[in-house]
Amino acid sequence: MNQHIDAIVALSAILFSMGVLGVLTRKNAITIFMSVELMLNSVNLALVAFSRLHNDITGQMLVIFVMAIAAAEVAVGLAIVISIFRNRQTADVTEINLLRW
Amino acid sequence: MIVDILFYITALVAIISGLLVITGKSPVTSALSLVLNFFCIAFIYLMLEAQFLAIIQVIVYAGAIMVLFLFVIMLLNLQDDMTLFERFDLKKGFAVLLTGLFLLEIAYIFSLDSVSVAPKGVTGASFPELGTVESIGKYLFSDFVYPFEMISVVLLSAVVGAVVIAKKKVD
Repeated sequence: MNQHIDAIVALSAILFSMGVLGVLTRKNAITIFMSVELMLNSVNLALVAFSRLHNDITGQMLVIFVMAIAAAEVAVGLAIVISIFRNRQTADVTEINLLRW
Repeated sequence: MIVDILFYITALVAIISGLLVITGKSPVTSALSLVLNFFCIAFIYLMLEAQFLAIIQVIVYAGAIMVLFLFVIMLLNLQDDMTLFERFDLKKGFAVLLTGLFLLEIAYIFSLDSVSVAPKGVTGASFPELGTVESIGKYLFSDFVYPFEMISVVLLSAVVGAVVIAKKKVD
């Protein structure tokens, strides 16, 4: 499997770019969150690949912490989306301007 | 040989499901494609002999986080979003251009001679004990015990914060 490290890093870069594209183009807040998850996962993939390449456990530990942070981020983010939807009846990020002066 | 074929098929499915996530019309399509993408990544973890992380990926990401997403989609009853390629305006074109540039930049960095994915002297010898529950647990509770405790505090505050934010105001 180690000869595939290049291909795995390339896959990780492609998935990360897809996440960036999703964040930049989608308007639905939930789909934007999903794109962020896509980016976090692609970085995890690169971390595991490098951890395997160097036979160092630190990369895999970092992946565990990233997963915990992602779970916390999704819980808080979706709570904010629900709270905004209750007041505004929309999850479209172009119509949400609570913090604009 | 069979591992090569399996890897390339998995990578292809991961890319296609990732494209479906960002182009799917309804949020449910995106969520289910994302589950498929997570399973593909878990399979690649398994190929990289990170067994514990593969299981955690399926349980935490494909299980817990995506169920949370689907619950919120169900609660909010969202309309279909504009997909990427209908009403293709200047802003979206600029986003595509920016992302393409970003990808090209990564490709250029890795094509340089001075930068290599596998530096000299790294053999990448197979060492299957690295990703087992035993070895992860050993390091998690010795070298990484302080970050581990911090993560528990972060999760606790996220749980409390999510409940406080999403709670209906009682006035």
